[in-house]
Amino acid sequence: MTLLSVEGLGIAFGGIKAVHDVSFKVEPGEIVSVIGPNGAGKTTLFNMISGVYQPGSGRVVLEGEDVTGMAPFRLAQRGMSRTFQNLQIFQNMTVLENAISGFHLQEKGPVLADLLHLPSSRRRARAADAGARKLLARVGLERAADREAGNLSYGSLKRLEIARALAMKPKVLLLDEPAAGCNAVETEEIDHLIAEVAASGTAILLVEHDMKMVMRISSHIVVLDHGEKIAEGAPAEVSRNPAVIAAYLGTEEGADADG
Amino acid sequence: MPKLTAKSATLLVLAALIAVTPFFFPSGYYYRIGALIFVNGLAVTGIVILTGYAGQISLGHAGFAGIGGYACALAPTHLGLHPSLAVVLGAVISGVLAYLVGRPILRLKGYYLAVATLGFGILVSMVLNNERRLTGGPDGIAVPELGLRGLLKDWGLDLTNGEFWYFFCGLVLLIGAWIALNLHQSPSGRALRALHGSEIAAGTVGIDVARVKLQAFVISAVYASVAGSLVALQNKFITPDVAGFMHSIEMVTMAVLGGAGSVLGAIFGAGILTLLPQALTVFAEYEQLVLGLVMMLVMIFLREGLLPSILRKLRGRGE
Repeated sequence: MTLLSVEGLGIAFGGIKAVHDVSFKVEPGEIVSVIGPNGAGKTTLFNMISGVYQPGSGRVVLEGEDVTGMAPFRLAQRGMSRTFQNLQIFQNMTVLENAISGFHLQEKGPVLADLLHLPSSRRRARAADAGARKLLARVGLERAADREAGNLSYGSLKRLEIARALAMKPKVLLLDEPAAGCNAVETEEIDHLIAEVAASGTAILLVEHDMKMVMRISSHIVVLDHGEKIAEGAPAEVSRNPAVIAAYLGTEEGADADG
Repeated sequence: MPKLTAKSATLLVLAALIAVTPFFFPSGYYYRIGALIFVNGLAVTGIVILTGYAGQISLGHAGFAGIGGYACALAPTHLGLHPSLAVVLGAVISGVLAYLVGRPILRLKGYYLAVATLGFGILVSMVLNNERRLTGGPDGIAVPELGLRGLLKDWGLDLTNGEFWYFFCGLVLLIGAWIALNLHQSPSGRALRALHGSEIAAGTVGIDVARVKLQAFVISAVYASVAGSLVALQNKFITPDVAGFMHSIEMVTMAVLGGAGSVLGAIFGAGILTLLPQALTVFAEYEQLVLGLVMMLVMIFLREGLLPSILRKLRGRGE
């Protein structure tokens, strides 16, 4: 059974087809990258898969179950997690608390036990705390644990968001431009982290502008242009594909249509 | 460990204030004001959970205070319940009503809760004013004696009425603060604060945002209800004013003024806004004016609320 299967997904905003009839599959341990010029519909596609937008057409199937348009928290319960291009950090919390929040599904319990500080509540919180510290160490943020999340650098916040997503031990992890705004060293760190996570069996769906990174780590690449899939395949195949080259470099007719 | 100390520190400060302040009271009257501060503090602690933790605004919480208060007036006479059980009954009714009102509303994003609770508060207030045969209408209704003071006297602890309510309300406030502080560091409380930070991110980590908002709303309604019950039992009388719109606004104002994100701050806000009218009796006509001005200044210059801003200044100086 395919882990994640995207079948003919499409959405239109005010009559304009932002994404049209996109299909691909993701298997455990794979790193599938979605690339394409600005405005190609990559983030829109992500938002449909992760339940932020309701698709106009098509299906999203997770482990054989139709999860099309399901609320993000239900997808999370089924093992899908994501990060955001424009960061969604809990700014009102410490770095550690942000990471602990990723353990929500594991640490949640009866609210009455939490109100009365019962041993069961403390046990759950302690387990999440320990797990979160380990994850922070893994992304190199252990020393920032008690800082206000809002005070962190952009690159650190990116890693914190990944740590929070990893806390859920997702089966599928959607990463929307994890390396955007990061310097070369940080990009390489994130690069290693992603490869490591995939090696542990998690499927990764990646949107990324850093082509070097995409070519290096992807097992499979899906190319979008103007909301449609124009090519798909292994990195080497895709980089030789004339349609892809035209979309990126622009042809006579495509040059000004992109905006 | 610092988290643990923050919680115990808050409770210690609160307990110390409750225990020590009476030594400075010029007369027995001040016990009454003290008790009033604690009761307001309790209601506002509920607002901290709803507004400070979860980021939701209710403009009708006085409605729940009204339910708690009138439960103590009506349940003993009509149902033969002991007043202490009437407090529990009021809290249960408030919780259930909060659930019924909140469930459809909290699925929606935005300010729907504020508007819906506004309507709810007005509704409760209208029922209390108009159902004269049951509630006595705008003139109010007598509330039976709680009876705990007599019990304590039999056990050899003889307190004046003022002293009893001062310490009793203080104790209930301490328990309320303890519960709210427990919640803050617990998985459930973290979920509330997470959705306050970002509802989108809260969803992606698996938090059922509508459900946990509803939890916060129900819990805070129970706080308001118990506070309303305590006011009624202490005064042995209650009027529909307890459920009035101004009282709802007052609760939110106290929390925001003191610092809605911190339990101690909100109780501090309750203290100031309870004392201010007493201090301003000389300018009774300008009371609302001064209150409005104070509120505006705090919002412009100390947006976190009085206590958190003051503490931050002090800490900044220490470093």
